[in-house]
Amino acid sequence: MSDFTRAEVCAVAVAEAFRGDGERLASSFGTVPAVGARLAKSTFEPDLLMTDGIASAITNVRPVSGGGGEPDVVEAWLPFRTIFDLLWNGRRHVMMVASQIDRYGNQNFACIGPHEKPKAQLLGMRGAPGNTISHRTSYWVPNHGPRVFVEKVDVVSGVGYDRARELGEASSRHHCIHRVVSNLGVFDFDTPDKTMRLASVHPGVSVDEVVEATGFELVVPAEVPESRAPSAEELRLIREVLDPEGLADKEVG
Amino acid sequence: MDKRTTEKEAVAELRDGMTIGIGGWGSRRKPMSIVREILRTDLRDLTVVTYGGPDAGLLCATGRVARLVYGFVSLDSIPLEPHFRKARQAGSFRASELDEGMLQWGLYAAAQRLPFLPTRAGLGSDVLTINPELRLVRSPYDDAEELVAMPALELDAAFIHMNRADVHGNGQFLGPDPYFDDLYCMAAKRRFMSCEKIVDTADLAKSGSFHTLKIHRAMIDGVIEAPGGAHFTECPPDYDRDEAFQREYAATARDPDAWEAFRQKYLELGSEAEYQEAVRNR
Repeated sequence: MSDFTRAEVCAVAVAEAFRGDGERLASSFGTVPAVGARLAKSTFEPDLLMTDGIASAITNVRPVSGGGGEPDVVEAWLPFRTIFDLLWNGRRHVMMVASQIDRYGNQNFACIGPHEKPKAQLLGMRGAPGNTISHRTSYWVPNHGPRVFVEKVDVVSGVGYDRARELGEASSRHHCIHRVVSNLGVFDFDTPDKTMRLASVHPGVSVDEVVEATGFELVVPAEVPESRAPSAEELRLIREVLDPEGLADKEVG
Repeated sequence: MDKRTTEKEAVAELRDGMTIGIGGWGSRRKPMSIVREILRTDLRDLTVVTYGGPDAGLLCATGRVARLVYGFVSLDSIPLEPHFRKARQAGSFRASELDEGMLQWGLYAAAQRLPFLPTRAGLGSDVLTINPELRLVRSPYDDAEELVAMPALELDAAFIHMNRADVHGNGQFLGPDPYFDDLYCMAAKRRFMSCEKIVDTADLAKSGSFHTLKIHRAMIDGVIEAPGGAHFTECPPDYDRDEAFQREYAATARDPDAWEAFRQKYLELGSEAEYQEAVRNR
């Protein structure tokens, strides 16, 4: 099958970001990350822990809309206090949204403009500082552009590699920015100085397009592979089980 | 000891410039009847510590807040509290924005009567530049790791809302999450708990397992029976969030006339009973 949407490619890229996580809490924010994490759990990462977004760990995989399908099967009680304990303990991989991100993976979703009197208040620090210094973190950007991939973020909510390095080995040993998935491609930090590298472009996207949409100098390898296309089984899961309403398509636009 | 009191009496203890903590989380099980009582007073210059929801939004929108200590201010189904956003963008209060976990740690330190608790959360982020008063501490052990010393968030008063309570100050949450309500109480000099219903002590264990009796009477100075007191935030299993009302409230942040009408209709009333009646009649 070759007929798939960009959102479906993104969901597969998200799922791939969770590959190898095993028995960790997979926390996702945004629709595509929710579809992708569930896709990983439904296929190659069955041991992932996931919550209902309230206070329960749910062992079965349910549609991202929350409606339809079978009822939740609760396997554990995870109130916020337990989530904080768990994230400081490190057995978690979070995929957060970045309103701004720089070449070292410093992320901002707190505000635009000076913090004392921001031009635009966004979500606030939320858990980003603690998450990024404590456990594996990835980011989702549904609208890849030079105003998101910026030279310098206005406020650092999520800690990037340059700042982690300045903290020294003891404080930064749990820091890991694993992947950035955008609507155009997948990015990692597998470079000598831990700056962002183009790991793959989504089918139908050119390398030039990604470079143009990025406000800093991206590391671009000589050969850039194409992001993996969804398998027939993955498409069935996305369309029939995880996101029958096509909410992910609306997020990617 | 019978600790029954009223919103009015509890709020009468507050003074300008005090530091208060408000339990719940976002738009979930917030002691809103107490927030509404604060809005009936002239209290100003408050420092408010909160996992913020409409409590923070209303107090900011009405100019009561000198400093807000928070990790976020959200209405949950509306991710960013619009009245909070408006007040932030106007620069109308000091924003002590922290990582969510640091907030817990500050309350926990105060609850344990410690000056601070160490944490990695905040290291490397702009939490440390936004809050220049935050200091680091080095582990005295061989690892010598440098950590954030999250200072105790000592409160003059704490306000929480529970599903059930007895007159002595034992409180029960029947929803999914106790949040950090016990820590707010233990971090505060004066501790007030509103509840949906006051029941006999012997009946508390009939409503839920003893694990739900998270608040014990040594944490509480005053108990306020406030049915619907968390409105319009959720208070399951007693009631869900009033999403229609919340949308109406949120929309007023964009329209000064609508905000003025909302204030007159719901906030500039003589009592919580009148508020509840206005909500029923809308």
